[in-house]
Amino acid sequence: MLRQMLLIRRFEEKAAEAYALGKIGGFCHLYIGQEAVAVGSLNALRDDDYVICSYREHGQALVRGIPATAVMAELFGKATGCSRGKGGSMHLFDAGKRFMGGHGIVGGHIPLAAGLGFAIKYRDGDQLCLCYFGEAAVNIGAFHEALNMASVWKLPVIFCCENNRYGMGTAFERVAAVTDVVEHACSYDLAAELVNGMDALAVYEATTRAVDRARKGGHPTLLEVRTYRFMGHSMSDPLHGVYRTKEEVEEQRQRDPITQMAHKLIGDGVLDQAGVDALDAEVRAEVEAAVQFADQSPDPEPGALLTDVLAE
Amino acid sequence: MPVLTYRDALNQALREEMQRNADVFLMGEEVGVYQGAYKVSRGLLEEFGPKRVVDTPIAELGFAGIGVGAAMAGLRPVVEFMTWNFALLALDQIINSAAKMLYMSGGQLKMPIVFRGPNGAALQLGSQHSQAWESWLAHMPGLKVVAPATPADAKGLLKAAIRDDNPVIVLEGEMLYNTKGEVPEGEHVVPIGRAEVKRAGSDVTLICHSKTVTVALKAAEQLQEQNVSAEVLDLRSLRPMDEPAILESIAKTNRAVVVEEGWPHCGVGAQVVDIIQRDAFDQLDAPVQRVTQADAPMPYNKHLERAAKASPEKVVAAARRVLYLD
Repeated sequence: MLRQMLLIRRFEEKAAEAYALGKIGGFCHLYIGQEAVAVGSLNALRDDDYVICSYREHGQALVRGIPATAVMAELFGKATGCSRGKGGSMHLFDAGKRFMGGHGIVGGHIPLAAGLGFAIKYRDGDQLCLCYFGEAAVNIGAFHEALNMASVWKLPVIFCCENNRYGMGTAFERVAAVTDVVEHACSYDLAAELVNGMDALAVYEATTRAVDRARKGGHPTLLEVRTYRFMGHSMSDPLHGVYRTKEEVEEQRQRDPITQMAHKLIGDGVLDQAGVDALDAEVRAEVEAAVQFADQSPDPEPGALLTDVLAE
Repeated sequence: MPVLTYRDALNQALREEMQRNADVFLMGEEVGVYQGAYKVSRGLLEEFGPKRVVDTPIAELGFAGIGVGAAMAGLRPVVEFMTWNFALLALDQIINSAAKMLYMSGGQLKMPIVFRGPNGAALQLGSQHSQAWESWLAHMPGLKVVAPATPADAKGLLKAAIRDDNPVIVLEGEMLYNTKGEVPEGEHVVPIGRAEVKRAGSDVTLICHSKTVTVALKAAEQLQEQNVSAEVLDLRSLRPMDEPAILESIAKTNRAVVVEEGWPHCGVGAQVVDIIQRDAFDQLDAPVQRVTQADAPMPYNKHLERAAKASPEKVVAAARRVLYLD
């Protein structure tokens, strides 16, 4: 888990660099600070479970096992990217890994998660669908419609709300009447759990409980995972902006999920600092190789413009 | 050949395709216990059970998205909207999820889903329930859009739509459900993208689809009494649109009137006229005329409503204009 979190951190740092160099275009939403959420939750899944995300999904893609080369190449818009250069940062896909995309309309993918759960149940499978979204998506109708139907039909879905406190620059309490997202579970008779999103093990344990509920009888769960985004909303948003203070960001950085886990592992005698450094060096090399791969990969052929509009 | 209503032809298509492929299921408001708001799904719950005939809450965005998610996993959902007016709530899922899933996943995720339901005005239902959305939907690459006018086409196009690996919009005519016609039994699949000449003629082509086919056929009869031979070309499919069939008819008649239920601005007719001016300009003997709904929300008052809609009289008048008879 530590290695996976480090991989996300170093990947995102390199993505920021590449963005500044103009190698990545458009919107690019970094996951720095939230690593424990993807890592803790995805480790509780099986390979045949479905995963679906919002547009802040580089971390989930990496943990799900999409090679860093393919994710970076997608950010670079290259033909070797996991969506062949047609998706970009917000639309990472790998059907083989059952990674059903990053989706760019806030909350719009939450019903899709229920649909994936519907298909599992239709086929009498024991898989589940894990769906990530930010707390800002809780204010949109799609969230409520999907939770209601998932509960009525007992669909095996875990709704994982990554509450990083700000929808772009708007603090959640400024726009939400109910600020504890878990409370929404009461309206739809879902199981719910509030989780410390800076602790990967806590996320893992809570997700494991939700996984058990989903596999045994398809009871859906709403997880509210409290986390924090250390960077701006996207690359065009400065580190803390005008909507939060530098002090607040600094204070949150003291809860860095990677530092916390490294300290724990060292404290428990599982690793020493040299071991942590070695892991870090390993993932830095992996990310460096991904950048090189992306850099050297070809753009999609011009003809790709008009392919994949319709299936044959 | 058996004579069926448009409604029963759709029902037959659904039943046959559900028998043929266990991945096909129907979901929507009132499709099960109530037997369908327009009885298109009559008897299906009894035959296929609640797993495959799924009553939903009134939550178009949500259940359309659930259909899309199920299609991502390889099922073949048929999502019924009680009417397309309510489907506006689900446009985000139709446009942002279904239409571009294959493209933005770089060809990985097919989207074998059908969105269907009644489209266009009925009688005195007021502004919010009397709308024809085909030009909105046909605008979007990644969708196919069909609008059958006859029971036979309703069956054949719905079967084709369910078998298609792309999202297909099936626009049914609310006022057509009770119309009757001969419908081939069993394997009757109408290929998407092919227009059909519903009445042959030589002086002017009336290009239409869905309910306006009936309007155009009536107009053609009236024109016949005035010694004008009108050809009625039913587009049947709006995306893809059968450009060769349009051009072939224009080559014969050199004159055209495009009839549709929607509003004039950026309507389906505008696309048809573009095809004609681009590829058949030299064959035209007159500017193409269009007959549409009046450029206003639909009024409730029955006289105003009648005045707003395309009618045989308006089509006859337009045909006479392109023939320079007035």
